[in-house]
Amino acid sequence: MKRRLTFVLLGAVLTSVIVAGGLYLSASDGDALQIPKAVEAGSSFSIPTRAAAKAVLYIVSPAQVLRRNVEPGESVVIAAGDLHNAGHYLALLSGPGTTEKAEFDVVPASQPESLNFLAKPSRLPVGRPGGISGVAYVFDVYRNLVRESTPVSFQLSDSAGGTQTRSVPTRNGVAWVKMDSAPRAGAAQFLVSAGNVSEKRVVQQVPGEPCNLRMSAQRSGQRMILETAPVRDCNGNPVSDGTIVSFTQTYDGRSEATVDVPLKRDVARTELPARDGSVISVATGVVLGNEIRVGGQR
Amino acid sequence: MRVPWRTRGRSAKLLRLGCALLAGLLLAGFASPAVRVDAEAVGPRALEDQTRTAVVRDYLQAWKSMSQAFQENRIDALDTSYLGLAKEKLAEAVREQRELGIKTNYRDLSHHLKIVFYSPEGLSVQLVDTVEYEMQIVDHDQVLAQPQHVRARYVAVLTPTEVRWKVRVFQAQPE
Repeated sequence: MKRRLTFVLLGAVLTSVIVAGGLYLSASDGDALQIPKAVEAGSSFSIPTRAAAKAVLYIVSPAQVLRRNVEPGESVVIAAGDLHNAGHYLALLSGPGTTEKAEFDVVPASQPESLNFLAKPSRLPVGRPGGISGVAYVFDVYRNLVRESTPVSFQLSDSAGGTQTRSVPTRNGVAWVKMDSAPRAGAAQFLVSAGNVSEKRVVQQVPGEPCNLRMSAQRSGQRMILETAPVRDCNGNPVSDGTIVSFTQTYDGRSEATVDVPLKRDVARTELPARDGSVISVATGVVLGNEIRVGGQR
Repeated sequence: MRVPWRTRGRSAKLLRLGCALLAGLLLAGFASPAVRVDAEAVGPRALEDQTRTAVVRDYLQAWKSMSQAFQENRIDALDTSYLGLAKEKLAEAVREQRELGIKTNYRDLSHHLKIVFYSPEGLSVQLVDTVEYEMQIVDHDQVLAQPQHVRARYVAVLTPTEVRWKVRVFQAQPE
């Protein structure tokens, strides 16, 4: 019974501590300083005080910290540029027998001054719908994220002269788009602009996968000289040099030889033994080309 | 009715365990802020649960790092959770208060997080946090007034690094 009573008392003490703590936290300690609820970053303003003696004014937030000595009855002037980081500030005037306080916001200027632009990917195949993304964050002159909705223009210009343009308003300081990669390979300029500022990125658009594959063969003594036609993607772009083309020779259904050859100037060339009755096939990636029967073409 | 001694002992043990649990929960309540997360309308990229959990965890850790940096005037405390612009600005503020001989104690009490943007390529997450916190200014070891209760709305942009999401933009704005 004694123990139960102890636990009940312990509970009551804990509850009292919590309630007292809450009251302590919610208690106000001082008059309000006369500060506008919101001031623009970097702007000048003054704070009238009613301090009867020398005091200190603290303007504090995680964004910036200021401390000013205050003479009795004087206003504190915050000069242009002194308070430039956007944030929620606590102003506290502390002196003998005086505590005044106020909370206020420093808001970003609405004029964009810089852009943080991320274009992805930097390299991609042609003809990809929505394959390129652009994300832009808009900042003011003090590198505060601009809160007000700002129109941002995205422009993607490809090497063949094609242009896609979109205008998107920012939300919480960010605007984004998705653009299609062009049908023609080459470097595309990805430009973003807001107000008088712009940023540019280059997106390399490379040929896609081979679309079809055809080889021809020529007998030269005991060897077959094999050569593909120029290999192109489905938009007619020459497939990148270095793409591997595989030539395979089979006889009676058994694999006799396989040669992997990189494309050089759009074509792949190799030689295989001219064994009559054998079949030579060609492939690259997921594309199968034609077959040639040695001793009779297919 | 007499209760056998063994049964009474077991009850007392259970009661003690219950009280310890309750005390633990209460203490945990004091140590950790209350957190509510809304992430229904995130886009354009779909936000997986695992990503959301990691973003929220790392953002809350960022508040702890910030609190430590301002409490101890240690810029290096920001390294684990901040980079880029956010780190530069917070470091500048820590430097300012160190030069003025000030320290600030921040204690976050609650967060209402709304994840509002997850970029198409997955390289940035933006969240809006309606946060309540206490702050107390200490000037040359003299505590000024009692802790001030503050409610603010923060916008944060986080980007993934090797092991965690780090805060790249951290800025309060009017509610």
